[in-house]
Amino acid sequence: MTTTLLRIATAGSVDDGKSTLVGRLLHDAKAILADSLDDIARTSAERGFGGEVPALDLALVTDGLRAEREQGITIDVAYRYFSTSNRSFILADCPGHVQYTRNTVTGASTADAAIVLVDARHGVLEQTRRHLGVLSLLRVPQLVIAVNKMDLVDWNEQRFSDIESQILDITAELGIKRTTVIPVSALNGDNIVDASALSDWYAGPTLLGLLEAFEPERGQATARLDVQYVIRPQGALAPGLAAEEYRDFRGYSGTLADGQLSVGDTVQIISNGQPATSNIKSIRNSHGEVSTALTGEAVLVELTGEIDIARGDTIIAGEPKAPVREIEANICVLSPTKITAGQLVLIKHGTKVARAKIESLDHVINVVDFARSVATELQLNDLARITVRSSAALAVDEYQNSRTAGSFLLIDPNSGATLAAGIIEAQNAAA
Amino acid sequence: MTITANAPTHVRRSVLDELEAESIHIIREVLAEFENPGLLFSGGKDSVVVLHLLAKAVFPARVPIPVVHIDTGHNFGEVLKFRDQVVARYGLNLVVGSVQEYIDRGELTELPDGTRNRLQTRVLLDTIEANRFDVVFGGARRDEDKARAKERILSLRDEFGVWDPRNQRPEIWNLYNGRHAPGGHVRAFPISNWTERDIWAYINQEQIQLPPIYFAHKRQVFERDGMWRAVTGVSLPAQGEIVSIRQVRYRTVGDASCTGAVLSAADTVPKVLDELALATVTERGATRADDRISAAGMEDRKTEGYF
Repeated sequence: MTTTLLRIATAGSVDDGKSTLVGRLLHDAKAILADSLDDIARTSAERGFGGEVPALDLALVTDGLRAEREQGITIDVAYRYFSTSNRSFILADCPGHVQYTRNTVTGASTADAAIVLVDARHGVLEQTRRHLGVLSLLRVPQLVIAVNKMDLVDWNEQRFSDIESQILDITAELGIKRTTVIPVSALNGDNIVDASALSDWYAGPTLLGLLEAFEPERGQATARLDVQYVIRPQGALAPGLAAEEYRDFRGYSGTLADGQLSVGDTVQIISNGQPATSNIKSIRNSHGEVSTALTGEAVLVELTGEIDIARGDTIIAGEPKAPVREIEANICVLSPTKITAGQLVLIKHGTKVARAKIESLDHVINVVDFARSVATELQLNDLARITVRSSAALAVDEYQNSRTAGSFLLIDPNSGATLAAGIIEAQNAAA
Repeated sequence: MTITANAPTHVRRSVLDELEAESIHIIREVLAEFENPGLLFSGGKDSVVVLHLLAKAVFPARVPIPVVHIDTGHNFGEVLKFRDQVVARYGLNLVVGSVQEYIDRGELTELPDGTRNRLQTRVLLDTIEANRFDVVFGGARRDEDKARAKERILSLRDEFGVWDPRNQRPEIWNLYNGRHAPGGHVRAFPISNWTERDIWAYINQEQIQLPPIYFAHKRQVFERDGMWRAVTGVSLPAQGEIVSIRQVRYRTVGDASCTGAVLSAADTVPKVLDELALATVTERGATRADDRISAAGMEDRKTEGYF
């Protein structure tokens, strides 16, 4: 059986026991080796963790930089790795306090699944709504709500059911399709890897069981290849290759963002020039020549005919939507630089970078209740609906159809800083 | 090497295929968006894997960028020989920054403990500046250390090479933004998401050549701080440290003055993978004296401009 990769993100604050949960996952998946475990045991003992029954403080697993320990804060997203017999996990551990929205957007942007922690004693808080709101905007395919510290409410079934139904009401309202709520104790390891004897009333999966079984849907959309890099070896051929075979070689490299692409397929080229049509002449993935490339593969394609294609152009199979210059999108502000209407920016969409202008700030979104309000400027961590006008026509799609076609960055042309992450919700008329 | 892929799209690809595709994507973005990239190349397994990925990313073209070796002067001879073979095989340009030359010229002073890992930073920064690299690829992985766990794939560095964990640019989706201030540069880490096991599994899958010291061999060693140190000109036993001949291998390849070996009978890649499945100590904990100085050893070096 092939081991597969799953990218997950955690959202929650230290108070919810998030560090303990992450530590528990790594510990129970045996991803913590003896020397690290020794350090944790030593520090746990020094701090008297567990009182009379010395125990491992698993939160120490995610103990970070000295700068963080000194200030008692968590800076930035940390990436952790663990694996089971059938799956490898990349876990983006997103801190809850400082720059919460920015960190969660970062971690969740590539996640197949996200874990949100709720403290069983406190139930659904404003913070929980905020987590769910951000994750719904980013359309993370699977949400797992870990109702933690169940040991502190005596594994009360009613308490869990109340929280579960509140959560499911919110996620239904937000249009989140897949939500699973699990009662756990990260501290004691209940329902993390093995089903707990303390919750015989709970028939659902354990946290790790769910993450191991979950199959994200991928590659449903039309094949899309944003050209990264045109390869024309000419005189500079890799050693050992026959010069005559590659004399006129001209390949377009990129990652197949959606769909699949086969030799012989008719494709449309979306560029700033005239739209063009061609056929796939050859495809090479990292293993060699193939007849079909799959979603996510880094490929090199040759096309039939003489076509002028550059980085930033897009190769699409089937009927593409007309490229647009004016885009309506939700953005998350990632930089302390304020964003105002009329501001000139760069937009990076796929592999294309174009000059653009913030046409209008339509409204700010309160991520807790999704209430809209008017704003004249946007600040760090704001979520807002804007209209942006690009100097180049962009081959966009809605984010719910394609993470790649439906996302972009706004970049400050002067400082180079990433100003905002954009999620394309609806398109205006074609350019 | 040719495979026929006629499987439906919903078939999940292997972990190595996904990691490899991510790395190639990053490499192509960097090659396309930067003016003058270089590849930091130590001859260690991680930089060898990055070079292998770089060659795949640009196939059938030649690797279009130079490799940069910061030579501490304490390298294992086998590794230097391997480096030169690789440079010849790929037809690369090699740029060497020599710590020894800095010491000989009096521009750097030997540390009291004789290790040179920390001394590399100055030479690295000067080499980047002298060659006008706006980006250098490195083989750092996030699973190596808690400071590296927070590192970006494109890591911005100022003119002093400083890594500021509190002021990192967010990386969203796979949209990378490498714009940086004049005088600064970027470190690009395309194998950030690979683990030590992934690296070895990939070396096995791709039949990638490594320096021989990664595999079990007999060597004169002595034990210090729970590590097996080779007897070399720069690493000599102190009084009371007993020299014996042991079968060892290296899990990391670094400066001979601070890199330790592990006792091992693994003389092939599959045997190394079997050994790793049973390993109970982290790669750096087992073999890097400089990371044992303090829990923040890597964090300190990174903020000084180390990669």
